[in-house]
Amino acid sequence: MNENTADNSTSTSLINKPRFKLPKSPTGIQGLDEITGGGLPAGRPTLVCGSAGCGKTLLAMEFLVRGATEFDEPGVFMAFEETTKDLIQNVASLGFDLTVLIADKKILLDFVYIERSEIEETGEYDLEGLFIRLGYAIDSIGAKRVVLDTIESLFAGLPNPFILRAELRRLFRWLKEKGVTAIITGERGNETLTRQGLEEYISDCVIMLDNRVTSQDSTRRLRIVKYRGSTHGTNEYPFLIDENGFSILPITSLGLQHSISYERVSTGVPRLDTMLDNKGYFRGSTVLVYGTAGTGKSSLAAQFAESACLRGERVLYFSFEESPAQIMRNMRSIGIDLQSCMESGLLKFHANRPTFSGLETHLATMHREINRFKPQIVIVDPLSSLHIEGKGAEVKAVLMRLVDFLKTNQITGFFTSLATSNAALPEIFSTQDISSLIDTCLVVRSVESGGERNRILSILKSRGMTHSNQIREFILTTHGIELCDVYVGSEGVLTGSARVVQEAKKVAIALLHQQTTEYKQRELENKRSILNAKIATLEAEFAIQQAEDEKIIEQEMAQVQQLELDRLRMEKVREADAVPNIILGD
Amino acid sequence: MTTNKTISSTCKFEEMLASSPDLPASPYLLKLYVLGATPNSQRAIKNIKDICEQHLQGRYTLEVIDLYQQPQLAKGEQIVAAPTLIKKLPLPLRRILGDFSNTERVLVGLNLRRIE
Repeated sequence: MNENTADNSTSTSLINKPRFKLPKSPTGIQGLDEITGGGLPAGRPTLVCGSAGCGKTLLAMEFLVRGATEFDEPGVFMAFEETTKDLIQNVASLGFDLTVLIADKKILLDFVYIERSEIEETGEYDLEGLFIRLGYAIDSIGAKRVVLDTIESLFAGLPNPFILRAELRRLFRWLKEKGVTAIITGERGNETLTRQGLEEYISDCVIMLDNRVTSQDSTRRLRIVKYRGSTHGTNEYPFLIDENGFSILPITSLGLQHSISYERVSTGVPRLDTMLDNKGYFRGSTVLVYGTAGTGKSSLAAQFAESACLRGERVLYFSFEESPAQIMRNMRSIGIDLQSCMESGLLKFHANRPTFSGLETHLATMHREINRFKPQIVIVDPLSSLHIEGKGAEVKAVLMRLVDFLKTNQITGFFTSLATSNAALPEIFSTQDISSLIDTCLVVRSVESGGERNRILSILKSRGMTHSNQIREFILTTHGIELCDVYVGSEGVLTGSARVVQEAKKVAIALLHQQTTEYKQRELENKRSILNAKIATLEAEFAIQQAEDEKIIEQEMAQVQQLELDRLRMEKVREADAVPNIILGD
Repeated sequence: MTTNKTISSTCKFEEMLASSPDLPASPYLLKLYVLGATPNSQRAIKNIKDICEQHLQGRYTLEVIDLYQQPQLAKGEQIVAAPTLIKKLPLPLRRILGDFSNTERVLVGLNLRRIE
């Protein structure tokens, strides 16, 4: 036991030893430094290969420009294909002004011109001329970075490939000795990474660019094939080239370690907040509104967006079906003013047809836009449009990465999804199995009864809160969305005018009941007053009777007394001997 | 203007036709770029001097430049390999690489012989 602990401690101390870290040269290219763990290997050559038009030259150029502007590392660009003038023009359209950098001696362009027809080989030679030329260029501006674009052109210009191969091997070794961080670009070959097998010579770091077209949509992808002495992202990462240069989007499903929020966000619909534990959605959660056409999914999204903007939050709205102007016009009809939200700069639309690009590119674009706009809320309307682009698993993978990205950044995601059938349970859950990614799912349905269509809303699920299990009728009014109770009774679930009729009926019945009760009460009151009157009469009669009776009794009594007096008087008169029992008048 | 030019070029062409159809006797301007005193350089200098003396005697200028001493020239002259001989004149410009041990190919490069 003790030995074990001892062993453990030694092994931990070995692991905890400060490890050697490969020095890296940051590229400054968005995303590339993340997946390479800090940049390209400093002081070593890196091979960037790929087929024509996949952005090799641009990647290399951005590496130099960023090095010169952001890291104070001057660079030499040795071009074998494009002339200096062409290069300056080409990259100017991507936002790099080379002329200034050249004037400041931050960047040196050297176009190597080789014309096969001018050249005659007459014996032994070497490429020392190129070495001298490059060495002179490096020394003249103190370059730390070098790009050789595309050195394979030498094979087309110089007839002897054997000399070339030997010399290239020497060149890369020489670059290493010089201690410059170099990018060597190479055209993709048939079986090999590069046409001339440059990967044999440059083996420290190999990056492959790719522009793949699947079902007419092209997606640019980047992959690090190898990186000696360093860990790196191994996936294929989509990347974009736009007016701001390169952006690589390392969107992968990272560990589920994102922190969560207890903060709640109002849905914008008071009754819906009430249904969701009185508070609304969780911040940083993902909400899916699912329903058939015309059930008010976008309206819910717009209402949510407007309420967020009114609170001063930033909302990014990805629309795949409607143009921003159209959304704003339509939402104005239900009293949601997105126009002023947009004018205040809190709401931003990004509208694209789903067919505009491939799924990965869409994801990459979203990623880039989110990074730039830094919203608190992201709306994707509708998510289901992306299904045109990819099939099940692919869409799920993309969605998963999007959700993870949003959650990591504590952004509330609000997605709408179009249902093809009016089923109560979204088929998207079974076929695409995205349920696990969604925290709160609202289902809006359209119910046809009594010659009309009405919308109903219910909460399918909402993680982490007690939520209402009730179905509510969903009404679009000129002042926004309203929810009201549906009538559930012996006649089933009633909505729309049937509900209104039922409500009226209910009112009538209640009125009738009230009237009956009131009538009964009045009747009872009457009876009571009659009874009271009767009692009074009887009492009066009794009083009279009593008086009369008392009078008679009195008279009777008086008579008896009188008789007794009379008798006594008679006895006195008769002088009776008997002692009288009653002595009158003492 | 254009007419004048056309006329003058036509005249030149006529003159050229009228003159001897042999190889032009115009002077040769040659620049040899080498790297120090390496064996390749030495061989190249010796070979080219021999060839010039033999075929271009009296009508050539040969300038030998050491790139080690003047590396800044490499860019302007589009030097990639060494040794490189640049035939500046007569046109067309040609670059002859190597140590000039293959005399036939040097002569082709100098326009002194046609490729058979």
